[in-house]
Amino acid sequence: MKLVMAIIKPFKLDDVREALTPLGVQGLTVSEVKGFGRQKGQTEIYRGAEYHVNFLPKVKIEVAVPSDLAEQVVEAIMKAAHTGKIGDGKIFIMDVERVVRIRTGETDAEAL
Amino acid sequence: MTGPSMQQTKSPWRFARALPLALPMLALSAPAFAADAPKIDTGNTAWMLTSTALVLMMTIPGLALFYAGMVRKKNVLATMMQSFAICCLVTIVWCVVGYSLAFTTGNAYIGDLSQFMLQGFAKTWNNDFLLGGSADETIPESVFMMFQMTFAIITPALICGAFADRMKFSAMCIFMVLWSIIVYSPIAHWVWATTGWAANLGVLDFAGGTVVHINAGVAGLMCALVLGKRVGYGHDNMHPYNVGYAMIGASLLWVGWFGFNAGSAVAANGRAGMAMTATQIATAAAALGWMFAEWMTKGKPSLLGIVSGAVAGLVAITPASGFVLPGPSIIIGVAAGVGCYFCSTTVKNFFGYDDSLDCWGVHGIGGIIGALLTGVFAFGPLYGGSGGSAHQFLLQCYGVGATLIWSGGMSFILLKIIDMTIGLRITRDEEVEGMDITLHGEQIV
Repeated sequence: MKLVMAIIKPFKLDDVREALTPLGVQGLTVSEVKGFGRQKGQTEIYRGAEYHVNFLPKVKIEVAVPSDLAEQVVEAIMKAAHTGKIGDGKIFIMDVERVVRIRTGETDAEAL
Repeated sequence: MTGPSMQQTKSPWRFARALPLALPMLALSAPAFAADAPKIDTGNTAWMLTSTALVLMMTIPGLALFYAGMVRKKNVLATMMQSFAICCLVTIVWCVVGYSLAFTTGNAYIGDLSQFMLQGFAKTWNNDFLLGGSADETIPESVFMMFQMTFAIITPALICGAFADRMKFSAMCIFMVLWSIIVYSPIAHWVWATTGWAANLGVLDFAGGTVVHINAGVAGLMCALVLGKRVGYGHDNMHPYNVGYAMIGASLLWVGWFGFNAGSAVAANGRAGMAMTATQIATAAAALGWMFAEWMTKGKPSLLGIVSGAVAGLVAITPASGFVLPGPSIIIGVAAGVGCYFCSTTVKNFFGYDDSLDCWGVHGIGGIIGALLTGVFAFGPLYGGSGGSAHQFLLQCYGVGATLIWSGGMSFILLKIIDMTIGLRITRDEEVEGMDITLHGEQIV
């Protein structure tokens, strides 16, 4: 099993969810986060006062999938979250040791 | 000097001048003259009651939202608290001595204490109240006093923009009470009372360009200078909590300003209509002026910019509204929008003072632009005067200068005294943590 964690532009969230559903992804966790990467930040101007905002708002999604599905999920996220401009985000893929469904106690593949 | 004095007798405040003479006369001889005495005009009274409510709405919630939207999240409630508390404090001050010092006979510089605690109302509450001797223009004195009270409330509340994020609440309460008595009442007396020296000189101020805006603006500048900059000013991110609040606040100010300006005709008449017309036009022109100036210099037209421009236009047209035609209203508006934009950005940055929400940059500068241009564009037939002229322009300069000196000087002294006794400023830690939680024990989560 793999955990796919992606940092994306907030307005791309719906596109990503729609791209993942047909692949059989059954669940997804979404967090609103802030951070910086190559995009660094942006400048805001209020009555002439310029503020450099270092941490930009992003959305983090986490989805746990069977290992054979991971590559498709990554591709789907890449395609859906892509704008071609700086700040599109990153995808991290991690191994998952164990999964437990709290309600039933099912584990691993059954719990996904 | 016949010109200016004639203008004054036709000014919207002429009934205030008639008051000290009229009241004793009414009290003594009401039965004998009952048939001839002017009646309370219900139309005018209805409009003035409405205007009073509109002007109160400018402070709460208008100004409270306008300012609160521009401060950081940790100071939003404290900023709203300032406007609301000033509304309550000045109401009491105005009742006890403020109205009496501003609008009774006294001398050329200040009124007397004959209306201490509004004691005259016990006898005169239902009397006709002369509006310049014309029988069809009367409102009760209580309505006049209330209308004026809402002006006395908003003026100190405007100052809060200059010391946002860093003044002790206790110091603010004391400063505002003393400022209302020592600065506001005398200046209102000079300009709007029968015996005031500025009124008799012929200085034109329809709805309070000098009394309200220049007065609050320069007092704000003194606050910014005496209190010093906010911690982190110039390098920390101080982005506004919610520009949407500021937009709602500015819109409430705009709507309320029809009471402020058109209400200053003190009648539901043609001049009130012209004041409302000039107000709307100048405000739109100033909003566009600020928007285009910002668009051209900074690359983007911002919401905060366009609403700031609207407020600048409202300020500038205040002294002019009952004196000018629609065409000049556009010129006054554009001058205010562009002028206030540069003063609130380039000029402020050049000198480095932290007039946090641009009390001086918008109200001081906008008020000065409006007061001076009133002397240029005043249209004689509208008020039965001689219209704009070099002489009138100089009179306006005189009024502006006197207000700057008295308000600036007295505000500076008051601030210094409070600073030396109880202290003006919150501690650095309190400032960093935010005034909502440290001064008021509540916060937006």
